[in-house]
Amino acid sequence: MNMLLKAGVAGLALVMASGFAADAKTPKDTLVMAWVFDDIISLDPAEIYEFSSSEYMANTYDRLIVQDLDNPGAVKMQAAESWSASDDGKVITFKIRPGIKFASGNEMTAEDAEFSIERYVILDKNPAFILNQFGLKKETVKDMVRVKDASTLEVELDAPYAPSFFLNCLSFTSAVVDKKEVMSHEANGDLGYDWLRTNYAGSGPFVLKGWKPNESLVMEANESYWGGAPKIKRVLAKNVLESATQQLLLQKGDVDMARNLTNDQLTAIAGDKNITVAATPKATLWYMGLNTTNPNLAKPEVRQAMKYLVDYDGLAKTSFKSIGIKHQTFLPEGQLGADNETPFTLNVEKAKELLAQAGLPDGFNITMDTTNKTETRLLSASIQNTMAKAGINVIIKLADNKTTLTKYRASQHDIYIGQWGSDYQDPHSNAEGYLMAPLAKRNVWQLPENETAVLAARDEKDNTKRAAMYMDLQKKALETSPYIIMFQQIETAAILNNVKGFVIGPTFDLNLYANVTKE
Amino acid sequence: MLIKSRRLRGLLNSLGSVAVTLFGLLLVTFVISRMLPADPVLAIVGDHATDEYVERVREQLGLNKPILVQFWIYLTNVVQGDLGQSIRTSQPIAQELLTVFPATLELATLGTLIGVVFGIPLGVLAAVRKDTLIDHIVRFFGLVGYSVPIFWLGLMGLLVFYAKLDWLPGPGRLDFGYEDMVTPVTGLMTVDTLIAGDMDLFKNALGHLILPASLLGYYSLAYISRMTRSLMLGQLSQEYILTARVKGVSESRIIWKHAMGNVLVPLITVIALSYGNLLEGSVLTEAVFAWRGLGLYITDAIFGQDMPAVMGGTIVVGAVFIVINMLTDVAYRLLDPRAQ
Repeated sequence: MNMLLKAGVAGLALVMASGFAADAKTPKDTLVMAWVFDDIISLDPAEIYEFSSSEYMANTYDRLIVQDLDNPGAVKMQAAESWSASDDGKVITFKIRPGIKFASGNEMTAEDAEFSIERYVILDKNPAFILNQFGLKKETVKDMVRVKDASTLEVELDAPYAPSFFLNCLSFTSAVVDKKEVMSHEANGDLGYDWLRTNYAGSGPFVLKGWKPNESLVMEANESYWGGAPKIKRVLAKNVLESATQQLLLQKGDVDMARNLTNDQLTAIAGDKNITVAATPKATLWYMGLNTTNPNLAKPEVRQAMKYLVDYDGLAKTSFKSIGIKHQTFLPEGQLGADNETPFTLNVEKAKELLAQAGLPDGFNITMDTTNKTETRLLSASIQNTMAKAGINVIIKLADNKTTLTKYRASQHDIYIGQWGSDYQDPHSNAEGYLMAPLAKRNVWQLPENETAVLAARDEKDNTKRAAMYMDLQKKALETSPYIIMFQQIETAAILNNVKGFVIGPTFDLNLYANVTKE
Repeated sequence: MLIKSRRLRGLLNSLGSVAVTLFGLLLVTFVISRMLPADPVLAIVGDHATDEYVERVREQLGLNKPILVQFWIYLTNVVQGDLGQSIRTSQPIAQELLTVFPATLELATLGTLIGVVFGIPLGVLAAVRKDTLIDHIVRFFGLVGYSVPIFWLGLMGLLVFYAKLDWLPGPGRLDFGYEDMVTPVTGLMTVDTLIAGDMDLFKNALGHLILPASLLGYYSLAYISRMTRSLMLGQLSQEYILTARVKGVSESRIIWKHAMGNVLVPLITVIALSYGNLLEGSVLTEAVFAWRGLGLYITDAIFGQDMPAVMGGTIVVGAVFIVINMLTDVAYRLLDPRAQ
């Protein structure tokens, strides 16, 4: 089946490469995308946490602050026009930008911002933990988030954190919803949750026109957007699951953009003159987690040996050519303090040496849990092959994503292979994930000294010092950690040449349509 | 009076067996899905959720209760006509099924029609010309339809008729951007566009239907023609055919009247089964053609551990088979004098 599938795709590519001009058939004022967005479970910003819904939020809601595309690792003002911190660093004050109007016509005030932040915490959905970190809990949030006047909002924190840490976190969880509109749909004290999860109450460059789960998502330009109306009138996204179908639609000109092409397909269309591929590294890493309760994996020499048994360069040139870059530290490129060094290469001799030191000169048997996602499967097959060269016999256990994850969360794996993306664009997200919890917990590698160092880095107010502390943590992790980090994901969009201005940002939400034009 | 009560008892009996069948189907689906080693909560909360959040959602969904209690709650809701809400999309399941099932119904019906219209004559032809070149060609053609993955055929079909020749429109039920212009009445796109009186949209909908329906039609044709051939061969060697020939009855009358009369009864079962299979939805065809039908819906639901959606889909599939069985019974009575 798989071979036939491949043959089909290759056949497709071959015939298409012989070329038929894409005759743009989509309406001039509409951006039409083929995109897999079946991960959307809610349109309520207080619940939004998945990739596709985050992108929806970034295009339809204003947040107090957002990540600055031109300046990775820094934030810029959006619905807020300025911020300031009190002398003790515990109170952050935002000035709301005047003249922002919601789709309902209501003007945005500090009261909307207060309501929105409280809503994240009180509804207590997935993203709530990001704000919980600052002591904003269900019981306290109403006292800690305060309206000073119509345009001033104060947020009190339970301790003086590094301002960059708080702002980076808030850049994801500060979408401002229209309080009057949302509350007019409240039922049984749900703060309008039941309504908003399928409806819209924002002020962003686009407004929601229609959402059919797993089918279509339609957004229309907000002509009176304070930052200037988008250049395109409408965005129509169609959920096209099959990537070969996405490729066909794009080459035929029935969509302007295909968002989920595979590495093979991207290679196949590389020669097509009508198509450009936009690509940006995202804060998601492919890695292996080694469970240290396995007696072999408990030995640091074994873990180091395994880091030398991955064909990083070979994979980067083949299976990951268009979708990943080699990356070996736990902070992705683009985050404060990211260390982009790649000390490990495929070195079987070195690995054998280390295994001998560990008392395992003949290798050992080990299982690896992997999902049926194409890239992960290719990756695990290659790793199985290279590990065997040093006598490590990897037994691959293939299952669907949720089965593998269930095992991993319960630490029932030997080796887990998969992806991990940052929750928010601050180095603390991954530092905490890899060195404290949840990944350190799943791989049973929670060390008190790591926790101390991670928290110290989180609270360091001097950004240069903070970056240096993360550099240090990454170097230590390279030497001792049970993680074999291999690639940083590149997100791609294959776009017809007459369409310009689509932005793929470094965070998973900031893929923006506002500057898209069609000739 | 006696006849009436016997009929009533018969009706009650069949209603009872329908209820038992559906109940068994639901119980098995429920238990199997709950025995999967994957945690259904993860479908909603994702990889990153904290343990506390996972537990809270588990409680909200009632997944911390014993399996049989969960099943009982589900069953009492279903009996009251509430199929529940999809875990992944927060939409009522009944409403989702009302959009995906007609999409499959449209495809499966046209597919089966194509299969019958071409499959029966081809099967008869092969039987009559047994072991000749024509027979081999028909059998080979059928074999290809049966053994080549429908996924690959679908992609090739799109490539040739949509991308290369430009004879047919591409994936989807209508051209992108037009879908929201049709008000759903029956859910069948061709019918709804006709009701709206928009001939251009109707042509568009029909165009989109042709390729995937032909594909399913080919698949069902392969099955129907093979079965027709072997059923027909069985009849043609019977003595009554010889008698008819001796009596000088014309060959076409022998085949289409005498032999076909006997072939038709078992053939109805073949067609009904094939129709039933298509009505479950063809996951691969639906995936290739971006056709949101029942097959894709149930598959997505299974992978997403969306239990209410899986159960809802199961009820539809069960109901489809029950209805088809009943129709087959009716057809038997009409076609077979002995059953009357």
